[in-house]
Amino acid sequence: MSAPEESPIALEVDSAASAAAVSRPRTVLQMLVRNPSVCFGGVVLVVMLLTALLAPFLGTIDPSNIDPIYRNKVPGTERMLRLDDGSEVPITHWMGTDMLGRDVYSRVIYGSQISLVVGLAVAILSIAVGLTIGLVSGYIRWLDGIVMRIMDGLMAIPGILLAIALMSLFNAGLGTVIFAIFIPEIPRVVRLVRSIVLSIREEPYVEAAISVGTSVPLILIRHVLPNTIAPLIVQGTYICASAILVEAILSFLGVGIPPEIPTWGNIMAEGRMLFRVFPHNLLYPGIFLAFTILAVNVLGDGLRDTLDPRMAKRLG
Amino acid sequence: MQPVLKIDNLSVQLPKGADRQHALEYVSFEVHPGEILCLVGESGSGKSVTGLSVMGLLPKGQLTPVSGQILLQDENLLEASDERLRDLRCTGMSMIFQEPMTALNPVMRCGDQIDEVLRTHIRLAPKERTQRILRIMEEVRLPEPKRLINTYPHQLSGGQRQRIMIAMALVLEPVLLIADEPTTALDVTTQASILQLIRDIQRDHQTGVLFITHDFGVVAEIADRVAVMQWGKVVEFGEAKQVLSNPQHAYTRMLIGSVPSMTPSQRERDASAQVVLNTSGLSKTYSERAFFRSTRTVHAVQKVDLEVRRGETLGIVGESGSGKTTVARCIARLTDPSSGEIFLDGKEIGRLRTGQLRPYRRRIQIIFQDPYRSLNPRRVVGDSIIEGATNYGLPRDKALERARSLMELVQLDPNVLDRFPHQFSGGQRQRICIARALTMEPEVLIADEAVSALDVSVQAQVLKLLDDVRKHFNLALLFITHDLRVAAQICDTMAVMSQSKVVEYGLTRDVFTNPQHEYTQSLLNAAPGKGWDFGAFLAP
Repeated sequence: MSAPEESPIALEVDSAASAAAVSRPRTVLQMLVRNPSVCFGGVVLVVMLLTALLAPFLGTIDPSNIDPIYRNKVPGTERMLRLDDGSEVPITHWMGTDMLGRDVYSRVIYGSQISLVVGLAVAILSIAVGLTIGLVSGYIRWLDGIVMRIMDGLMAIPGILLAIALMSLFNAGLGTVIFAIFIPEIPRVVRLVRSIVLSIREEPYVEAAISVGTSVPLILIRHVLPNTIAPLIVQGTYICASAILVEAILSFLGVGIPPEIPTWGNIMAEGRMLFRVFPHNLLYPGIFLAFTILAVNVLGDGLRDTLDPRMAKRLG
Repeated sequence: MQPVLKIDNLSVQLPKGADRQHALEYVSFEVHPGEILCLVGESGSGKSVTGLSVMGLLPKGQLTPVSGQILLQDENLLEASDERLRDLRCTGMSMIFQEPMTALNPVMRCGDQIDEVLRTHIRLAPKERTQRILRIMEEVRLPEPKRLINTYPHQLSGGQRQRIMIAMALVLEPVLLIADEPTTALDVTTQASILQLIRDIQRDHQTGVLFITHDFGVVAEIADRVAVMQWGKVVEFGEAKQVLSNPQHAYTRMLIGSVPSMTPSQRERDASAQVVLNTSGLSKTYSERAFFRSTRTVHAVQKVDLEVRRGETLGIVGESGSGKTTVARCIARLTDPSSGEIFLDGKEIGRLRTGQLRPYRRRIQIIFQDPYRSLNPRRVVGDSIIEGATNYGLPRDKALERARSLMELVQLDPNVLDRFPHQFSGGQRQRICIARALTMEPEVLIADEAVSALDVSVQAQVLKLLDDVRKHFNLALLFITHDLRVAAQICDTMAVMSQSKVVEYGLTRDVFTNPQHEYTQSLLNAAPGKGWDFGAFLAP
């Protein structure tokens, strides 16, 4: 006598069920679009990205153009700007000018370029490096102890102190800042990846792959790596947010990107002295910074809720 | 006599998008005082939902009772308020669950957990409460109640934990006890003693017991009356002896007919066949090295000698922790043996390193217990099946061709190779796993509890498939199981393992009819429903 589930009818039912399921959100993309946090965070970030890319076309002037006559003007001040060819154009300082007469609006818009580059570069680099180390250290047992002790060591270094040390050792610049921020992020990614690898490596399907003779690199790429993608995307957004923030902090402290390059942190550092009289120097970059971080974090939360429902339930 | 529990036309709705509309449809039955009613069915039949509905523990918003009534001594539980239900739990009705480790709070002493029930429901002086706890612990036959009262759940064995659960459930003498697969996670000898305990306590206190199980052996052992459930409906109901010996409904007949017989099958054995695999002195020791502590060693397997001939099935039988899976893993070289040799066709493979092992890996394949975890959920089953063959240099299209013919061999549609594992049922997945193992054209096939996670009807089919495959390819089959019934049906020879050693090794027939070792005898005695030969009722 045959059980119902083993008959060919069962397979028919299967396909009917999956056909019926099409109307529900099935693909990851559909699920993401339905999540309000992902939508909000995503839209804000895209707008920020476009702003950064299109900075020269958004009514900005040269952000390092110094004009002592027009220093410390309040937002909304109008004036004529003399261009290199001698002609004059009327401009409005929407966010006022700083103590050297530079246009704060242009500086904030150009500053978004640096912030986003730092955020994305740190996120991508730390995930790439952390993923590689984590996969290898999680899967190859004898390496694990050594690698994790090195990671413990790295975690013990305060990030900002490391940045200050690196700045005084090497040229202060974008590359050094990215390097200084991404090194302390590595151990966190490694730990995350390693914990996933440690649980996946015990799965019977990985053991099945071993017993059919799949080589270690192939096992890592085929069977283990796909399980780390979703948590890493989520982790990546948090790293990105914290990197943008740390870059601003470093610039504010004067140990980050050189002051002649406009970054949100630099603008705020320079506006600090006259904050009581002319708060706009601090206010506008501050708003941009806060809004970007908020967007990235909200996007990360939304991604976590959709990509890792179990974790969302635990936290909720 | 008035029933303690009367379920009348109960229907429970499933959320939209489930595979059927109702978890339960017009379920009706009664449980009388002093009676054990067994609710039997395969997974998804709605037997646990019935138990949870009575307790008022259905997940809110997902499962909603839509019609009928549940009367506990004439009180309709479906209309009772949350407070009233809370009052009734433990005083009127109690439930024990499958896994006592997760049902007990791991950071609370066992005595305090029983005490919590008393504190919540009745007013007693602390001294009297302690007296009462000690008395109930004695009654559930826990050794040294005075000591156990202060232990944490992890310090107890599985059987002791289940006894604590039973003590908690019965300390206030409820009229109804619901037992949801209470012995499924336990070893067979422990199971026998827990079943005995439930029966004794129920008789002494005249408790009505609703016993949920999937195991007809347990039914034969304990039930007064039986309700067989299928797809949310009670399809057969009657006296246990009546249902077991003369099932009326086709589904019941099929279920009972699928239960493997305890009488070993008489199979011809070709003693001249070549020995494909043998081990000699195979041992595995785990040692835990730690700073500031002495090294702790655990002997998982000690000096195991086995041999399997071509076309023959060797069963390794034992309870959990006996080391049977470790033996399988050592032979498949998923774990490195600590000492001893493994010979494949006379060639020692136990100490080969990864590179040298590669040509031999192909010849030993393994099938795992959990069909839901042994296929990568992110890869289509076709890719999983051909992975091994392509590893050994077979071109993809040739490998797919082989996969298609193997799918036919395992009785699956070859056109479903592009589907993902979640689109298949457990039994179908296990067939896919068998196909995956067979693409490697192995000589030795290891089945590590390969049918334990399957429902009994599916189990019978997969067992038959494994046996067909063995004949078809003249394979040596190493069959690891805790289930004596399964072993009796499929194994030519068997090794009984206990505490990391093989205690008895011989022809299956001899082991079953004339067990030599004390442990084997206790194992055979503990097998639930040993007096019943279920397969015999299957009318041709």
